[in-house]
Amino acid sequence: MRTFLAALLLGALATGANALTYDEKLPACLSCHGEKGISETPEVPSLAGMPAEFTLIQLFLFRQGTRKIEIMNDLAKDMTDDDLRKFSDYFAKLAPPKASGEAADPQIAARAQAVIQANHCNSCHNPDFSGRDQMPRLAAQREDYLLKALRDYKSGQRPGYDATMDEVIRPVTEPDIVDLAHYLARLK
Amino acid sequence: MEFRLSIRRAMLLAGTVGTLTVYPAVAQQQPAPGAAPAPAPAPAAQAPALNPQPLPPGSPLIGRPNTEAAMKLAPVAPPPIPSSADKLAQVPGKLKLQKGFHVELYAGNVPNARSMRQGDKGTVFVGSRLQDKVHYITEKDGKRDVKVLVSGLYRPNGLAIKDGTLYIAELSQVSKIEKVEDNLDKSPKPTVIYSDLPKDEAHGWKFIGIGPDNKIYVPVGQPCNNCIPSDQHGQIRRINLDGSGAEVIARGVRNTVGFDWHPVSKELYFTDNGRDWASEDVPEDELNRITKVGQHFGSPYCYQGDFLDPEFGWGHSCAEFEKPVLKTGPHSASLGMRFYTGGNFPAKYKNAIFIARHGSWNRSKKFGGDILAVFLNKDGTVKSTEVFISGFLGPDNNYIGRPADVLFTKDGSMLISDDYNGAIWRVSYGNQKSASAR
Repeated sequence: MRTFLAALLLGALATGANALTYDEKLPACLSCHGEKGISETPEVPSLAGMPAEFTLIQLFLFRQGTRKIEIMNDLAKDMTDDDLRKFSDYFAKLAPPKASGEAADPQIAARAQAVIQANHCNSCHNPDFSGRDQMPRLAAQREDYLLKALRDYKSGQRPGYDATMDEVIRPVTEPDIVDLAHYLARLK
Repeated sequence: MEFRLSIRRAMLLAGTVGTLTVYPAVAQQQPAPGAAPAPAPAPAAQAPALNPQPLPPGSPLIGRPNTEAAMKLAPVAPPPIPSSADKLAQVPGKLKLQKGFHVELYAGNVPNARSMRQGDKGTVFVGSRLQDKVHYITEKDGKRDVKVLVSGLYRPNGLAIKDGTLYIAELSQVSKIEKVEDNLDKSPKPTVIYSDLPKDEAHGWKFIGIGPDNKIYVPVGQPCNNCIPSDQHGQIRRINLDGSGAEVIARGVRNTVGFDWHPVSKELYFTDNGRDWASEDVPEDELNRITKVGQHFGSPYCYQGDFLDPEFGWGHSCAEFEKPVLKTGPHSASLGMRFYTGGNFPAKYKNAIFIARHGSWNRSKKFGGDILAVFLNKDGTVKSTEVFISGFLGPDNNYIGRPADVLFTKDGSMLISDDYNGAIWRVSYGNQKSASAR
């Protein structure tokens, strides 16, 4: 529904001018990714506290049409390089999401930790999964988004900016993905 | 489908992707057979089953030991867009130069800047590995402009220029634009002159140059980190200016991305990148010299002149192959190089070689990210070396820039292309003033 609203909002704005400014676009971003960058929209990631390099690369991929999500492709297609920098810096400065609610199921957590160890996920995403450089923060990310992202990498639906995720995901199975998403989404 | 698959490999292998030409094809492609969703779930409480699927051919990760330190290493992805002006402004102050030299920004907003050439009228042309474009830079009334010359190319990394004609090497073809400096604003279309080249992504991007014999020198790298190349790979060829008369002049070349001819002896010197995953420190990259046609420089049997490959070296001796004139550092990624013949630098640099060392990825403590000056003896052997500019690799083991090529301009100053920042730096001696970068 939020996505639909954002689409409407965008559509309405887009008919007025050729290219929207940064300030005009920001409300559309926040309508799905959350007022404070913490998403309440299914399969839409929280961007608060994301490393700016990661967000910038994703916007770049959306702008090029390489990563295909229609609403994001529409939003990004006329962004300038400076817009890319401003949006990514904006979200990087917001306070990152915190896991609330129940802790992870201990059995699932143990399995997820084994997958993490075997595939060295924490080498790049950091031991606390806060992310760095072009590697996204994963701690307390939405579980449905983590599932979608990992499955899309696995199927080749989502091309990585570089080869790393394409290759790292190879030995990871669907049950591993379910465990990882459960665990990371609840990581304090 | 085969073409698309090869593009897919491109991404996986290149390790660094940002090109308009690569991505759309990837996005349209069906998932490769190997990428099908995983089958039946494993029993719940078991440790995860590890059944790695094979890496795509040419992947830089083939041969990586399954150890924690090794698994942290992968090719360094450059930012997708050129660095902002504020970020660029911080770079010169962090570079260390020899006394009396000065570095400044020559031009920003040159995405993924790689090989450079200058035309007779002063235009600087810049190729790219990840962008589909060749850019050009002109200078007028003290201001520089960066513009697109041609778009829609596939890995147009290599450039050469001769008598007003620009030659462009894409991944698997060489084309030309005649009277290029008279047609800069007219979206000139390149004419293909040579396309009898393999299409492998691994080490498929090219550096090219035109020799004193008026032939275009075109390398074909090994399509892998370490493998026995076909008779079409692992070599340097030369062709006539119209694309005819191809001849292999050197073999055993793993991946050269820079060469130039000695101003006096006219011998060809070339950089060559050593294999990965053998170890942190060995083999080193090479600076080689061709003294006669048909020489074999060792790869993949012997690297750095004295290191028998642990796999393909069996049954061989390094004595069978030409030795490098210089080892240029482990995994240093020695790329573009030029002899200095201009008049602006101090006399000791005359006829010295300057090598752009892009910097390592396959090493825990990175190495390179600098410009190496190499001084030669009269007989063409190496007398000594000097790190001419360092600091692109910071003390925190991260790059703030990565030199890909060097070019000496008509005023005797040096340009350094930096594909990490999408920028070009200018190095001059003394108090030379230059136009300001826009």
